Formats: sequence, C-alpha cells, structure tokens
Amino acid sequence: MKKETTPKNLISFIKDTLLWNLSGSIGYQIYLCILVCLMLTGVYGYVIQFKLGLSATNMSNIVSWGFYISNFTFLVGVAAAAVMLILPSYIFNDKDLHKVVIIGEVVAVGSLVMCMTFVFVDLGRPLQFWHLVPGIGQLNFPSSLLSWDILVLNGYLALNALIPAYIVFCHYQGKEPVGKYYKPFIFISIGWAVAIHMVTAFLYQGLPARPFWNNPLMGPRFLASAFAAGPAIISLVLHVVNSTTDYKIDNKIFNKLRIIIVSAAVINLLMLFSEIFKEFYFPTHHSQSAIYLFFGLEGHNSLVPWIWTAISINVLGTLMLAFNPFRERQVFLMPALVLLIVGIWIEKGIGLIVPGLVPSPMGEIISYSPSNVELFITIGVVGLGMFVVTILLKPALIIEKRYEDMDI
Amino acid sequence: MDSEKPKKMNRRAFLKGTASAAIAGGAAVTTGCKGKGLLGSSEAFALEFQEYFKKHYRLMTQAERENTVSRLERLARLRQHIDLDIDTTGPSDAVLYGYAFNVTRCEGFMECVQACVKENNLDRKSNTQYIRIFEMEHGQMSPDQGDGKYFHMVPRQGHFYMGVQCFQCDNPPCVKACPTKATWKEPDGIVVVDYDWCIGCRYCMAACPYWGRRFNWNQPEIPEAEITRKQHYLGNRQRVRGMMEKCTFCIQRTRKGKLPACVDACPTGARVFGNLLDPDSEIRFVLENKKVYRLKEDLGTEPKFWYFID
Repeated sequence: MKKETTPKNLISFIKDTLLWNLSGSIGYQIYLCILVCLMLTGVYGYVIQFKLGLSATNMSNIVSWGFYISNFTFLVGVAAAAVMLILPSYIFNDKDLHKVVIIGEVVAVGSLVMCMTFVFVDLGRPLQFWHLVPGIGQLNFPSSLLSWDILVLNGYLALNALIPAYIVFCHYQGKEPVGKYYKPFIFISIGWAVAIHMVTAFLYQGLPARPFWNNPLMGPRFLASAFAAGPAIISLVLHVVNSTTDYKIDNKIFNKLRIIIVSAAVINLLMLFSEIFKEFYFPTHHSQSAIYLFFGLEGHNSLVPWIWTAISINVLGTLMLAFNPFRERQVFLMPALVLLIVGIWIEKGIGLIVPGLVPSPMGEIISYSPSNVELFITIGVVGLGMFVVTILLKPALIIEKRYEDMDI
Repeated sequence: MDSEKPKKMNRRAFLKGTASAAIAGGAAVTTGCKGKGLLGSSEAFALEFQEYFKKHYRLMTQAERENTVSRLERLARLRQHIDLDIDTTGPSDAVLYGYAFNVTRCEGFMECVQACVKENNLDRKSNTQYIRIFEMEHGQMSPDQGDGKYFHMVPRQGHFYMGVQCFQCDNPPCVKACPTKATWKEPDGIVVVDYDWCIGCRYCMAACPYWGRRFNWNQPEIPEAEITRKQHYLGNRQRVRGMMEKCTFCIQRTRKGKLPACVDACPTGARVFGNLLDPDSEIRFVLENKKVYRLKEDLGTEPKFWYFID
C-alpha cells in the first residue's frame, strides 16, 4: 500500500467505488445483468399500475393492503436485525462479528430501500408523495403511526448508511476511524433498530378496528421473528460472500449467528403458540380472522395451505438449527436458514396482513392473492434491494480486505 | 353490492398497455388522470400545474380557495365541457349534525343507495356505494351477521333492514391514522377528506371499524348526463383514481340547509337527520324519546349515527 501515490479523498473514493462495481468476473457481470432485468420487470409492472391505478392489483375495498405491505412488514424486520450484529461487535467488542458487521449494515440499507419502495408503490397517488414531507407538506405527527414509521425508517436508513460509510471511508484512507465521531451514533442506531420494528408493529397494533392486529404481543413478536429471519438472511449473504469473494468468513461466525437465530426463533414460536392459544381455546367473534387464516371461512381458504406450510417449515428450520446435527456444514445449514426465512416471510407477511382485513368490519369474507402486476413489481423491488446490497458491499469488502492486509 | 374491481387484464391488454403507458405516464404526471387529450390545451396544462402545487385546503386563505375552485371549474369546462358550481361553504355556528336510522321502518328498498350514488358522483364503473343495507334476521343485532348482498323482493318476512354508512364519529380513528392530515372532523361534526391532499395510503381504511371509507382503485367513470353539477369542495366534487372518499352527510346539501340525499329519497321515513344542538329538531326528539343504540360502542368512537326501534 505504501506505493500508493494518488491522493485518497472523497472524489477518488467515489471513482474507485464505481470502478470496482463495474469490474468483475463474467459471472459477476451476468449476475448484475440479471438484477437489472429484475428491476426492469418491476418498472414494467409499475408503468402498468401507474396507468391503471391500483386496480391493476388484486386489492379491493376489503383487502385494502396486500402483497406490498406484507413484504414491507417482513423487510422492516430484516432491516432491524442488523442490530444483532452491531450490538455484540461494537458494545461487547466481539472480534468475529466485528468483521461482518458491515455486511449486516449493508443488508439493512438494502432492506430499508426495499421497504420504502414497497410503501411508495402501494400509494394511490405517488406524485402527491411530497404532501408527507415536513415543511412543504403536512406530516400528521405525532398522531399518525404511519408518520412515525416514515420518520424512524428514514432515520434508520441514514444511520445505517452513514456510519458504515464513514468507517469504510476512513479505512479507504488507511486511517483508524475516530471513535467519538461514530460511536454515539452506534448507540443511537441500536435503540433505533428496536424502534423501527416496534413502530411498524404499532401501526397495526394501534387499530381497534382490526381485532386480529390489536394485540399487545405484536411488537415483541415482530422483534423475535425479525431477529430470527434477519440474521438468517445475513448468514445467506455471508455464505455468498464467502464463496464468491476472497473475503473469507470463519465458521465461528456462522455458528454465532446460528445461536442468535435459534434463540429468536424459539421465542417467536413460543409467542406464536400463545397467540394461537388465545384465538382457539375460547374462540370469540374476534377470532374470525384467525379461523379464516388457519381453517378458512365460508369456502375462502386460500391462505390455509400457506400458513400451515409456514408453521411447519418454521418449526422444522428451528429444529434443524437448534440441534445442528450436521455440525455447521453449510450444505445443511443453508437450507435450514431458507426454511426459516420463508416460514417467517409467509407468516409475517401475507399471513398477518390479509387476515387482519378479513372478515371486513361488515363481516364480508373474500380471498386475496397478488395479481401479476403485484408480482412483477415485487420482483423488481427485490431486484433493487439486491442491487443496492451488491453495489454497496462490493467496494466495502475490497476496502476492508485491503485495510486488513495493511494491518498485517 | 360492494364495489367490484374491474376485470383483471389479460395478457394481450397487458402487452398493449406498456406501449402507450410510457407516453400516458409522462402526460399524466401532473394530473393523475388518464393521458387522453391532456396536452391538447396549454391552458389546461397550466391549470393542472397550479393545482398540483396547491396547499392543503385548511391552510388556504379564502382567496386561494376561490382560485382553486375557479381552476377546477375551468378544467371541467375545458375537459368535460360541463359547467360546475363548486362551493366552499363553511360550517355554521351552533350546528352539529346527527343522524338516526329507524330500524323498524326501513324495508330495504335501497332508494337511498341510488340517490346517494347520483348525488355524490360515485364511480359507476366499480359500483361504489357509501350506503349499504343489510338484511337481518330477527335476533341479530350487528350488520356483520346480516346479508349485505340480498337481491329479491323486499321486505322479506321475518327480516328487518339496517343501513350502514360513515357514522361521522366524534372520535374518528381514521383522522388519527391519516399521515398527511388529509382527513379531519369539521366543526359541524362532518368528517371530510381533502381529496387533492390524500396520497392514497389507505391507512384510514384499515383504521375504520365501520367500513365507512371507499378507495378509487380505478379512474372513476360517470356518464356525463348524470354528473351532479352542484358540488362542494369537500363533498361530491369529482375524484380521480388513487383518492380516498366517504360519505359527508351530503355536505353540499346540508350546509345549504337541505337534507342529505338519502334522507330525501327514503320512501318509508326511516331516516332522520338534523342539528343535535337544536333542542326542537327531530333528531333530538328521537334521541330523547326513542330507545336508541349505536354500533360498536365499546370502541369509544362516539358515532353521530344512532339506530332506533319504534
């Protein structure tokens, strides 16, 4: 590194970052092309939706929130889960996790970008979106929980983008980041991570009109499921990084994450059981939504196979991770993580949003499944999230690797 | 009965859509309307542009309100070739509107529903309706147990009828939920929506325990001859897709001292409307002398809509 003569300032940082992102093996180029295709699929869907209005979706006056908001809810959890890496690595100075904390933060940024895009595509009048911006618009704060959610999500995005950006930039310059410049924000971001998911839970929990959501357990359960699914997704990203780059990740790290995931997943299942008990031990009029979800009502049972699949694979994934019969062999670890992620995604996404709205307050029962346009846009948003994670992670890992080598 | 969504697109329409969508999308930027004929007039475009940047209704001065009204009237002239009369009459002092529904009298003719659709310029394409009538069996008390989709001769033996619409709650959960303050309770008790300020997030819809709100999933369509020309900014003026709307007790009529269209249309006299602050009003008589009840009292929403039995 001593031979380096070019000055290392912000401009060269941006230039290098772009350069590193564009260069890469053929495989990487193909991967980027695939992501672009996914995003174009989303653009295609959104153009149709923009033209037809939300009637291009399968949502209706009864199921007024659907697939977009379901995915949004799940992804807020993934974003919040970065705290499970930040907390041990910065507060408890865990050296192993410190090495991958940047990856957790980048995954959080990607998830937040997806969250906000999902909310945006769900708006009936996206062009009037500026009505939300304080100053030029009218944000209904603190009364509306949605305004809280907008503030905390943007704040969390800023924290998770700027802290790592600062650290990576320092490493790029070959300097040690100055603790007092970023440590206070680390503490803030830890509390903030909990806040984003609690506020998102309160969004639903605060509606007495919807008994299925109006449940004090929702916030804590959101956190538990997030701290299972989020680190699981981070583990998958680590696996990809480990197998495709020269940024090697020790098996110890996977094991630590596995323990975090199992603990959270068990707590999540416990709370799920508690909810199911309440709904079915003495079913009341308010249990209709749960009955609709688990058994179907009046022939509308489209969610039934989904929720049972979700719970089965959730339990199976948790057991596989807990008993760890294969000693962290990635061949078995990864499928278990995927099972858990998919289980939580179904249960916390469509299995939470749709039954909250059905039966309607006037007792109507309908089925809902996303339309093609909804699927296209969702694919596009996921592509966007993966793209964001990729272009942030690639230069960050190159810089981190160089910095590490420099130390030695 | 409830608003049916328009048909799903088939593959062909889907593909055809993309080609024109790019053009239409660009054109629709300021309007939120279908692109057709938009760029035809630069005047219309200028008006749309000003409309896009206008303020929240409650923050407008009287002059600004008059400006937006004249812009809207002019736009209707340019685009639909109709003359509208949009008014902005505010609430009067010492007026608080209330509504009572006589469960014994209603025979389920649904004249009120039709009158409401017509008066309030509701979308004919998706068959949007503010009022719903539920056919109930004796012994039932809440409309969610009744049949809201009946289609036969009424009244039916052994049944009674309950009308449901926005209850104009005194403690409205929808107002609390709205992230942009686009919906609020007026001093005369009517919960209104500033259509142009609504961003279409539908959180209010999730928050309403009475299913009182309707969303414009598609661009609303009304045959030109059937458009009610006398409109109110917060009432029956025409909406575009992506906006929330709801019953406003026919604000365009009631603020002029008339009865809501549903009350006027009811052939059995089951609907009572009036000023709760006027001790001599019919609504006060009903509240003081009949056995009245409200739906979902346990939620504390304090509806200003009572049911009573003769």
